[in-house]
Amino acid sequence: MNGYPVYLLTRLGQFALVVFIGINIAFIVTHATPIDPVEQSIAAATQYGSTSPEAIALMRQSLKELYGLEGGPIDQYFAFWRRVAVGNFGPSLSAFPTPVSVLIGRALPWTVSLLVVSTLLTWVLGNLLGGLAGYYRQSRTLRLGGLLAMAFHPIPYYIVAFMLLIVFGYLWPVLPISGGYKMNMPRDWSWPFIASLLTHSILPILSLALVGLGGWFMGMRSLVSNIVTEDYVVYAELGGVERRRILASYVMRNALVPQVTGLAMSIGAIFNGAIITEQVFGYPGVGTLLVSAVYAGDYSLVLGITTVSIVAVSLAVLLIDLLHPLLDPRVRAR
Amino acid sequence: MSEQVREPVLVVSDLRAYYRTSSFGVEREVRAVDDVSLSIEANEIYGLAGESSSGKTTLIKTIAAAIQPPLEVLAGSVVFNFSDRRVDIHAVDRRELAAIRWKHLSYIMQGSMNVLNPVRRVRHSFVDFAFRHIGKPMPEFLQVVRNHLQRLHLAPDVLDAYPHQLSGGMRQRVTIALATVCRPEFIIADEPTTALDVVVQKGVLAMIHEIQRELGSSLIFVTHDMSVHANLADRLGIMYAGRLVEEGRTADVFRSPRHPYTAHLIASLPRLGDTSPKKGLDGAPPNLANPPPGCRFHPRCPRASDICRRETPPMTWLAAGHRAACFHPEPEQAA
Amino acid sequence: MGRTLRDLVRFNRQFASGVILLAVVAAFSCLSFFSPYPPNDSFVVPPDVPPSWAYPMGTTSRGQDLFWLLSFAIRNTLLFGITVAVISRVLALVIGLVAGYSGGLLDRALMSINDTFIVIPLFPILVLFYFVMREHMSWGLLALMMACLGWAYDARLIRSVAMSLRTREFTETGIFSGMSTRQILVEEHLPYVLPIVFSTTMNNINWSIGLEVTLSVLGFTDINTPTIGVLIYWANQHTALVAGIWWWIFFPVALVVITFIGLFLLAVSMNEHIDPRSRLGRTGP
Repeated sequence: MNGYPVYLLTRLGQFALVVFIGINIAFIVTHATPIDPVEQSIAAATQYGSTSPEAIALMRQSLKELYGLEGGPIDQYFAFWRRVAVGNFGPSLSAFPTPVSVLIGRALPWTVSLLVVSTLLTWVLGNLLGGLAGYYRQSRTLRLGGLLAMAFHPIPYYIVAFMLLIVFGYLWPVLPISGGYKMNMPRDWSWPFIASLLTHSILPILSLALVGLGGWFMGMRSLVSNIVTEDYVVYAELGGVERRRILASYVMRNALVPQVTGLAMSIGAIFNGAIITEQVFGYPGVGTLLVSAVYAGDYSLVLGITTVSIVAVSLAVLLIDLLHPLLDPRVRAR
Repeated sequence: MSEQVREPVLVVSDLRAYYRTSSFGVEREVRAVDDVSLSIEANEIYGLAGESSSGKTTLIKTIAAAIQPPLEVLAGSVVFNFSDRRVDIHAVDRRELAAIRWKHLSYIMQGSMNVLNPVRRVRHSFVDFAFRHIGKPMPEFLQVVRNHLQRLHLAPDVLDAYPHQLSGGMRQRVTIALATVCRPEFIIADEPTTALDVVVQKGVLAMIHEIQRELGSSLIFVTHDMSVHANLADRLGIMYAGRLVEEGRTADVFRSPRHPYTAHLIASLPRLGDTSPKKGLDGAPPNLANPPPGCRFHPRCPRASDICRRETPPMTWLAAGHRAACFHPEPEQAA
Repeated sequence: MGRTLRDLVRFNRQFASGVILLAVVAAFSCLSFFSPYPPNDSFVVPPDVPPSWAYPMGTTSRGQDLFWLLSFAIRNTLLFGITVAVISRVLALVIGLVAGYSGGLLDRALMSINDTFIVIPLFPILVLFYFVMREHMSWGLLALMMACLGWAYDARLIRSVAMSLRTREFTETGIFSGMSTRQILVEEHLPYVLPIVFSTTMNNINWSIGLEVTLSVLGFTDINTPTIGVLIYWANQHTALVAGIWWWIFFPVALVVITFIGLFLLAVSMNEHIDPRSRLGRTGP
């Protein structure tokens, strides 16, 4: 009966591994490339007008300190981990002297709420419709819905968001296409403010949902059409158990187990989609921040966002993994 | 035994059920059940024997109205005479079928290891299957279930277990309890002991026998294991290649098999003190998508003649309560 | 394999439409070899001309004939997808087969790493990669990087197939009848693995083209090699939509969407073909 602790430990181990490998990739990408971010920043800063060599040397020293690029590679490696551990990535260059962590902290709630709402919505709706389509195979409406969901599924997030932007920005301008809420509005949590928040989130959520829906739909449909041939479903049908009860407690309930695993596996991809969608709609989350940091040449901010993304996504996966035993008693007590 | 007080509980007439598939341009028709007629009395155990893919399981499915494409019923009927109604099981709608199931007609399935929902406790299965038939409030219903389990020598705490926490034999016992909790008049058991080891098998068979006698239900019992039939069945039907080839009281069939295939089946059973080598049948069972003309057994039959290759032998009464489908039946053995 | 493909085209509408869509796209990309203009020359035709007989897809604000430019762009985009697919296929096959056949500790270690790559958000890492490379960034470098990051999902699939093949009866029959490991792998297992590899390849190309388009549109690649994403990037730079040059956006988006749906249809129909239940319907129980 030690299934649960063992399961917990392996999941925690996997979480640690994901963070470890992810941070290492970030370190290798930034440190093993021939390009020196310090020289790059100096070049950017001295592009317009001449600067004295002393000033440049001073700048080089302070940037090295700032980026944690002092000492040998091993010193740099441990310095890198220290920064990740305390969540301190130094001040942002583009919004000097605001610390990177403050900027990320400001943007993160937007991304998290966008992700949570759209993912839950998409997952629940996709599984529900896919389950129905797998169970009632003859229904024309469900087949048509499936066809629609599948048509959007292969198109990348950027293109779908872009198409929505064209439709609702130029052809039929009824929805706000940019920002998280109406500009210059006081953030006072009054009704108009909340309404503005909601209308501004419709298009980002819609584009994430359009792409995501087809995947859950197809996954659930094929899971269900396999599960309906399982002995326990056939037996329940022979037993005259109500159809709705069979669909909910026998078919869908069992198909949800792999779909939860699937959710954990695709959080990373959904996060990629959210970043891009935010950028298209100017949504004030981590994605928009990342793209503008790249444009502004803000090394600390780009690095900070990358590492925070890795940790945040792994945490989300860990959370879903910890919910898994609630759905599958076989994990709880083996 | 000769005077019938009641009509048979089940009458199957000229039943024909095929699997029809069409995929990637290949059309197939598998004649799994061809022109089968039989009847089963109240309080009777009817054993159905035959090798794998002889159509036993398809026949059972058709009797239980568990028909899904590609399986289709092309002809014939399956009529049940229950105490309060008479039902042609392929002519009633879903709702009526649901009302009959478990109350009058229940089922113990092949591969019963996985018939219980793996993510829910056993209790929920009893509620889903039986609650609406028992017609009592939940606490009393659960008491009925507990009493039933105890009568079958099962601890009532199995209700709170998940299926994976029970052993294979235990799961099968729970399934039998589930199938009998509504005291059905007719029970279909499709290879209920095949996946179990021999010791457990014996206990489960005893349990089925005990509860059948107690309820006075009819039981149709399918297995390829002739020794199980010898111990359990009142009457025995033998299937070969989708057809019923012989039927009679179990003792009669074992004492004097009339169809050459049955004779072979029984001759190949091991007996105490018998050291003679067992002969296998030549050839393989026919492909039901393209069965041989005439008697389907003729390519393997030592007694086959020209007529066997041309015409299908009809089911013929050869003795009281004993019939076979053969042009050249084996001679009757004296008692 | 040849017969499988013929049957698929004949009896599976999804597969047939996928093949047609991709054939159109491929034929269009081949037109680039006959282009009257080199891809990077600008102001060779009058700018901002709407689609007409002379310029079937119109011209851009940079004075390029969109028809010929698009043929270069889709060729580079397709080549990109295929390059990533080929490299990541090698990784996925090697890791998947090794994990599946060896089992035990090695399998668990490889799959832990594998799951890590599935979970990690790749987009920020690719952005970071571009950020440090900047003008050193090239089409080939991006393809290599994406192949190194994008093998994990397929490796898992291939591993599960390898695992099930290892325990199949015909593997043991093969071993006992004295076939060499190479023979078993090539003659017995490859026919099973190939359709799955094919299906994952289509998905992988879809994935890599999608990411490439996204990165290019943001300008996070080499913006001087025309790809579909780079085309949309330049259109955005010239605010084509606001200026009413809709064809500059419409044709690249339409073409890449056709590509995505074509690849997707191939992958889905192949999956259906692999599905043992539909296989059973063809060969009988």
